[in-house]
This record gives sequence, structure tokens and C-alpha cells, in this order.
Amino acid sequence: MELCDLSAYELALLLKQRKISAIETLDACLQRIEAVDGRPGALNFSDPQPDDSHRVHAFITLTAERARAQALEIDRRLAAGEDPGPLAGVPFTVKDIFCVKDTPTTAGSRILADFVAPYTATPVARLEAAGAVMLGKTNLDEFTYGSSGESSAFLPPTRNPWDPRRVPGGSSGGSAASVAAGEAPLSLGTDTAGSIRQPAAFCGVVGLKPTYGRVSRHGLIAFASSLDCPGPLARTVIDAALMLQVIAGPDSHDATAARVPVPDYISALEEGVRGLRIGLSPDYFRITFPDPETGALELQPLPAEIEAAVRQAADRLAALGAEIIEDVPLPNTRHGIPAYFVISRVEAASNLHRYDGLKYGYYDPARVDDVHKLYRKSRDAGFGIQPKLRILMGMYVSAAQYAEQYYTRALKVRTLIRRDFEQVFDPHGSYRLDALLTPTTPTPAFPMGALYGNSVLMQYADQLTVPANHAGLPGLSLPGGLSADGLPIGIQFLGPDFSEDRLLRLGRAYEQSTETEPWRAVRPKVLAG
Amino acid sequence: MLDEISLELFEHLALLAALQLGPDETVYLHQQLNNQLRVIQALADIPLADETPITSHGVPFTAQTSPELRADIWEPCADAADILAQAPRLRDGYIVAPGIPHTTLE
Repeated sequence: MELCDLSAYELALLLKQRKISAIETLDACLQRIEAVDGRPGALNFSDPQPDDSHRVHAFITLTAERARAQALEIDRRLAAGEDPGPLAGVPFTVKDIFCVKDTPTTAGSRILADFVAPYTATPVARLEAAGAVMLGKTNLDEFTYGSSGESSAFLPPTRNPWDPRRVPGGSSGGSAASVAAGEAPLSLGTDTAGSIRQPAAFCGVVGLKPTYGRVSRHGLIAFASSLDCPGPLARTVIDAALMLQVIAGPDSHDATAARVPVPDYISALEEGVRGLRIGLSPDYFRITFPDPETGALELQPLPAEIEAAVRQAADRLAALGAEIIEDVPLPNTRHGIPAYFVISRVEAASNLHRYDGLKYGYYDPARVDDVHKLYRKSRDAGFGIQPKLRILMGMYVSAAQYAEQYYTRALKVRTLIRRDFEQVFDPHGSYRLDALLTPTTPTPAFPMGALYGNSVLMQYADQLTVPANHAGLPGLSLPGGLSADGLPIGIQFLGPDFSEDRLLRLGRAYEQSTETEPWRAVRPKVLAG
Repeated sequence: MLDEISLELFEHLALLAALQLGPDETVYLHQQLNNQLRVIQALADIPLADETPITSHGVPFTAQTSPELRADIWEPCADAADILAQAPRLRDGYIVAPGIPHTTLE
């Protein structure tokens, strides 16, 4: 096994024991990137080349020299007998939606193609302060608007390491793919409707959406400010816990970063699941899809192999002493996407008004005599089709004459979704659940081009992840087996506010109980040689 | 009766959004907006009590969990030059803008 295939936990331990250096680890990751990643995403995409179709293309910007300087500093501090931090020498990638001082920060959009961030986002700064080494910025759906990675203005788009003909998921597709392909053991992503958990499921890695307010959003380019959550992607539950430990907590630069103590996530990991009450809900075993002809919403059963993965996980947890509670009602789950279409668009439209061609970002070079013409020309050339779609819908559903009918109503439906969860997690209620166990996604990774362009079907890819965003709850996705096509299937734990420690504990117990399963030994196709 | 966004309304929205759209974009975006609107209108069928409150954030922020606000004090900006350097057109430390037309509000 190469150094780049080790976990963050193992790498940090070996470094502290002086068995490896930060430079050796960095070089191993850079060699892996060289071997599997292919050309990075770029604005001026030339014709597709044969090599593109079997490469990962996780990156927009590789910051190898910056990483080398950081790794050398870690090795120097270690040699000097200093403590270089809990993640010393551990490489990580960053979704290119976070500002990192003096590096290009594009949001996957032409409008920010030349933007160089003047400051560093809090989660990135905390990772670097803990000794982690940033390798570069990963590709994503433009402004995080998508569930496949295909809407980035920077092409070629990221491909799924398990089958490069398929999408890695989105919007943190580059992050998930970089971790799955062994390019880095950790990545920092964001989750607004499932953008950490869905690509984690598609790429066979662990993805954690923390409670809203658990991790600071300072330095995150905003999509929907009441829903956006930064969080870890990793190959193991321990690594996700290590990363959350570093990035969680209040921040004087973010008034929504909650003043809630951060527990010791690591020490709780091995406490087991005996006595925990885990719920299964029929509302997560049927899925909604719009009829392609009429648009009418129809209920369908979940694909059998995905339901089987969830039920097998429940059986394993039961064998470990957890109590499985069937038929837990979460009837408002199916309203998650209609409400999201409204709330996220209103917030996105508001957040995107700042891009005007004047202060920073793309501007139209034609000399015009009217500032409004400059706005229109710059925004038309700078934004791709997905931001435009979100701006227009956001303006429509929040207009004075429609706001009560759409926006206010969606915010009330959000209350119903939140109440569903409050009732089943209420320690004095009928269900008294410690967590829910659900599938992460309605399908495994779909082929590239299969949904892109159909904005409704694409949004429904998030239907099992978005309720947690509406409710603000934490959600953990982890690998739960392989489909008949050899694609990863994700299972998801959901819990009450700030219960990340419990979700990680459940995830760790499940992970340990499946360690010897044959599917655990299967590697992504791009690594198969 | 389902709402539909007419082409006339769509063009008004595009103007308000400061977007200058080409013909192909207009066709695609107009169609997708109406497809999304059909899904959104499912919200109308959800029984909602009049007193149902709105939820702006899923997680409630209480006095105990809300961060203390920083003191309202003046501090020099250490990286003003870096921030200004992002502006496409600068003159003497000011951002250059084309003419701003005067509009008389009704």
C-alpha cells in the first residue's frame, strides 16, 4: 500500500513516530494525482481528448509549491521538537468554493475565474493551523448548483473514480473523487441539499454534513445561506471525526457559528451502539420522481439493492446491540424538494446580486455608457446557465405578488419537515430515536449526461438528503456496499442537532462490522491498474 | 389552475435580474422555470394551519447558543489594497464605473 492510500489517522501517527515525513506523504499524493487525475478543469476547454475519458479531473487548481512549503515547515517543526498539530503532514483538498488567501477561488464560474482570494476561510485556516497541508482546489458544480459536477465552467468535468463514464455526484464532486482516488485522504466540502453526502455515496467515501452552525461559513462563497454547511469528506469515519474536531466551533467572523461546546469526537468513537434506538422510515424507502411527460410527481419504490443495503446495515447494528424501530413516520420528506426549489433559489438570487462586473470578478470589456448595460453584459457572459436559472426563479417566487404563495409557504413547509424530526427524536415522545438510518441517494452514480439539462430530475437526486438541510440536522453518509454494476451505495445516519458524535460512533461501529466484507476490498476502477 | 411564467413575465424577470439573455438561453430557461414551477406548486396542496410559523433556520439560535457580537469599534483594514486590486477598473484608489443614469421614481 502506498502512503497516499493510508488514512489521515495513520499518516498523522506515522509522522509523529518519525517513520515518515510530511514531504514523503506529499510526494506520494502528487504522484497519485499525476497518475490518475489528467488535466485540471480550465475555462478554455479544448476538444475532448481520448485521455480525458478515463481520468478523474478532480482539480481546478493544484497548489503543489504552496503545499511543499507547508510540508517542509511541518518537517522542520517536528525536527525541532515542536508539536506540529493533530493533522500534521496530512494532505487535504478544498472545494473551490472556499476562499484561500492568494489562491484562485473560482466557485467553478467564469465570473470568478480570475478572482484571487484576499483572505482564508475559517475551516481551511483551522485545518492548516492543525498542520494539514492543502494540495489544491477541487472542481464543483458552478456556485455549487448541481448534483453531478457537470455544470462547472471549468472543463473537463470531474469523473467518478469507480467508473469514469459516470458522474462523481455534486456539488462536491471533485472533493469526493479526490478522496476516493487516493489523491488526498481528506477534503473540505459543502452541503446545501446533499452536496457532501451525495458525492460521498457515489464515490464510496464518508461524507459528513454537520449541524447548521457547527462549522463556520466565514470565507465560504454563499449559495443558500440558511442551508450551507461546510464539512468533511474522508475514506474512514475516524478521519471524518478527526477533521470535524479541527474545523468545528464558534467563530467571531460568523454570527451563525453556534456557541455550542465541541465534544471529543475521537474518544466517543469506540463506545459501541448497544442500547441506541435506530429508526427506519418507510418515507425513505419510496422515492418521488416527476413524470417526464406531465411533470406529475409519482411515488416509486426505492431500488431493491439500495433498500437491501440499508436493511443489512440495520441487521448489523441490531446484532451489535442497537434497537431497530420500524415504520417511523416522516411524512413531509417528500415536500423537501418543492420547498428547496423555492428557499434555495431566493437565497441564491440574493447572494448572486453582488456579482456586477464592477467590484471584482468578470467584467465585460466593451466600453458602455450606462452602468446597467455593464451589469447585464458582465452577468450574462460571467454566469453559466445554472446560476441564471436560480436567479430567475428566486426573483419570481420572492416577488411581492407571489411571495406569500411560494416563499412564505415554503418556509412553513420547512417547519413541518423540522417537526417530523423533532417528534421522532423527542426523548419523551413515542419513538425516542437516537438516530435514523436511511439510504443516501435514490440511485447509485448515474452516467454523465443522463440528467444534465433536466433541472427537475437533477434536483430530485437530492430528495433523501435535503430534509436534513431544511431541518439543520447532521447527516453522515458512508459506504454500504456495491451495486450489481459494481458502484458504491451510500447509507445515511441522521440525528438531532449537534449529535455528530453519536452519528460518527454509529458509523464507526458499522464500518468495523463490515471490515472483512469482500466489497470493502474492491478498489475504484481508476486504481485497478 | 397552475401558474405559468409567460414569456413577457420571463423577460421582465431577466431585466430585473440584470441578465441579457440570448435567444437559445431564453427558450431553455423559460421552459425549465415552468417545469420547476409545476413541482413547486405541489406546496399548495400541503395542509398548513394558519398559525404555522415559518422556519428561517432549521436549528434554533437561542441566547445561549448565539455567538456574542463583536464590539462595534473601528479597525483599520489590513488588506484594503488586496481587495481593491480585484476591481477590474481602478483610478486613484476608486472603482471606475460607467455613467449611472438618473431615474425619477413614480
